[in-house]
Amino acid sequence: MTPLSNSGEAPGSHPPAPVTAVPTTGEERIAGAFREAREEGRAALMPYMMAGFPDRESSLAVAAAYVDSGADLIELGVPFSDPLADGPTIHDAATKALEAGATLATTLEVCRSVSERIPVVLMIYANMVFAHGGAAEFARLARAAGAAGAIIPDLPLGEAEDVREAFAAAGLALVPLVAPTTPPERRARICAVARGFVYVVSTVGTTGERAEVPASLAELVAATKADAVTPVAVGFGIGTAAQAAEVGRIADGVIVGSRLVRATAGAGSPQAAADAVAGFLSEARVALAE
Amino acid sequence: MSAIEERFGPYGGRYVPETLIAALDELTAAWIEAREDADFVARLELLRRDFIGRPTPLYLAQRLSERVGSKVYLKREDLAHTGAHKINNALGQALLAERMGKPRVIAETGAGQHGVATATACALLGLECVVYMGTEDIRRQAPNVERMRLLGAEVAPVEAGARTLKEAVSAAIRDWVANVETTHYVIGSAVGPAPYPALVRDLQRVIGEEAREQSLAAEGALPARVIACVGGGSNAIGIFSPFVADAEVALIGVEAAGEGLDTLRHGASLGAGSTGVLHGSLSAVLADEEGQILEAHSVSAGLDYPGVGPEHAQLRDTGRATYVSISDRQALAAFGRLSRLEGIIPALESSHAIAWLLENPGESGFDVLCLSGRGDKDLAEYLEQTGKGAGG
Ligand SMILES: Cc1ncc(COP(=O)(O)O)c(C=O)c1O
Repeated sequence: MTPLSNSGEAPGSHPPAPVTAVPTTGEERIAGAFREAREEGRAALMPYMMAGFPDRESSLAVAAAYVDSGADLIELGVPFSDPLADGPTIHDAATKALEAGATLATTLEVCRSVSERIPVVLMIYANMVFAHGGAAEFARLARAAGAAGAIIPDLPLGEAEDVREAFAAAGLALVPLVAPTTPPERRARICAVARGFVYVVSTVGTTGERAEVPASLAELVAATKADAVTPVAVGFGIGTAAQAAEVGRIADGVIVGSRLVRATAGAGSPQAAADAVAGFLSEARVALAE
Repeated sequence: MSAIEERFGPYGGRYVPETLIAALDELTAAWIEAREDADFVARLELLRRDFIGRPTPLYLAQRLSERVGSKVYLKREDLAHTGAHKINNALGQALLAERMGKPRVIAETGAGQHGVATATACALLGLECVVYMGTEDIRRQAPNVERMRLLGAEVAPVEAGARTLKEAVSAAIRDWVANVETTHYVIGSAVGPAPYPALVRDLQRVIGEEAREQSLAAEGALPARVIACVGGGSNAIGIFSPFVADAEVALIGVEAAGEGLDTLRHGASLGAGSTGVLHGSLSAVLADEEGQILEAHSVSAGLDYPGVGPEHAQLRDTGRATYVSISDRQALAAFGRLSRLEGIIPALESSHAIAWLLENPGESGFDVLCLSGRGDKDLAEYLEQTGKGAGG
């Protein structure tokens, strides 16, 4: 840890955006965010949100609140009709966002609104990538909105090669997932081609809050870290600040999804949505730093 | 024997969460091993004969032939145990689940036929069974819901979206993601991530193998045309498959035109869809320009699906098979017509194939039509849709 790079600011506030003239790739931006957190002696905090949920204005307010309340990166969900990796909370949010008229353009608008201040990683299902002109064209759109990376939860190793290359050519990092069911040899191959970070799925299941962090997680994270050259972040099931802290002790990054989407769902206005997520994030940031 | 296809031309693949990949590998290995295991094959064949009642007859439908003006044989899958071709797949996959040591089986169902078939196979083998079904389908296929429960299965209602087959498949896949270590997912059609499209085809191929042999026995020739309805495409791929190499045999798949291909209320993914990913494979799907999957519509729950098996997309592209479509109205009329002409009440799904045949008589030789199931389950829906009371 270099003392100089430690901002020394109180948890909960975000350092001002660096003024960069040199265009950086998404991969470099993601690496930078993890590095800054590590230099502060903590795991990076990556809240998830659904673009356009419950409406466009609220999601813009939530994204801004994430930046202001201590997020290091944002995982931005693109609403899709058939999200197979998602549990009821995020599935419902996608359905409501679509009913409220959200399109990929809505997601890109939310992305653009914060992407100068924080690296944004899109969470998008494969069919939407293909429907928007294919991987190269989609990467161009995402990069134009400032996105640093993308997670495609239904594009496992074996289907991902062309997409990964097209994304890399555009400077968009394709972040792969590793699951508890992934055999060790396959996990090593996934880690070898990871860009940005490796996303470890904490439990066998879809997204959604869980009462406990599985006991086997530490082993899975350690094994993945040994395989990976990129940072390793954990998501699925983390719903309390204490759980975030617990996972933050073993992983380079912590992703909180359904808990925050649920907070947004219950809010009645953009401001209320922003306040609800800010409260949780500030608490999680404090817990991560402890 | 060769490996199992993962792709059919550009179609197929495994577009699923990472969590499922190990289970798909396990299933692939189990099927390659099982289909070469003499004991497994013997057990499957015995159960096909004594439990399902195979071979099903190839029946010369005299009065239908007279009406159409050309000779038509019906491949009587309606006479298979539980009343449809679905049991061919469900039984084979339940045996595989047992072989893999998975005590719990899940399935999705639209018309309820696959749910009943899976519940039946699970009862036979003593496996726990949960069947996901959209609440709209629970309404229109009520008799099958009671049958599943009687057979010891749990019917899990699905409230999402249009509450039909697409959402039931999604719910089953999510259950599988969460319980993959103890559970086998018996998918009901030739759709889904590899190896399912090939596995389901292999298990349904018995329809076409029998029909080909029976055609040669009855006529000393192969049929001019083989006709089948296409939902996810399992009865069609099952009967087409052994005829694909016979270039002189025309293969015709009949999709649901619903209220019309120009209305967006149909189920014709091959005829009017685009290329996309649904439920784990790249194939023909109904989707909007944003890539959102659209709701399908058909009066028959089994054809009410916005996707189709990847092998059909390839057969369409290569021109080896031709895909046409039939509206709700035409299918309902054919349902009544076959009942009165032959004393056979066809499933509303199969009625689509009958309706196409009624309008497109053969020009030479004879035709074989896959009567994929019987229509008892559809009686209430037929009466409601046609406004006919009892005796109407
Ligand atoms: C009798 C019958 N025929 C056809 C179908 C359509 O399925 P597939 O296209 O897989 O044969 C169904 C589906 O439920 C069915 O019950």
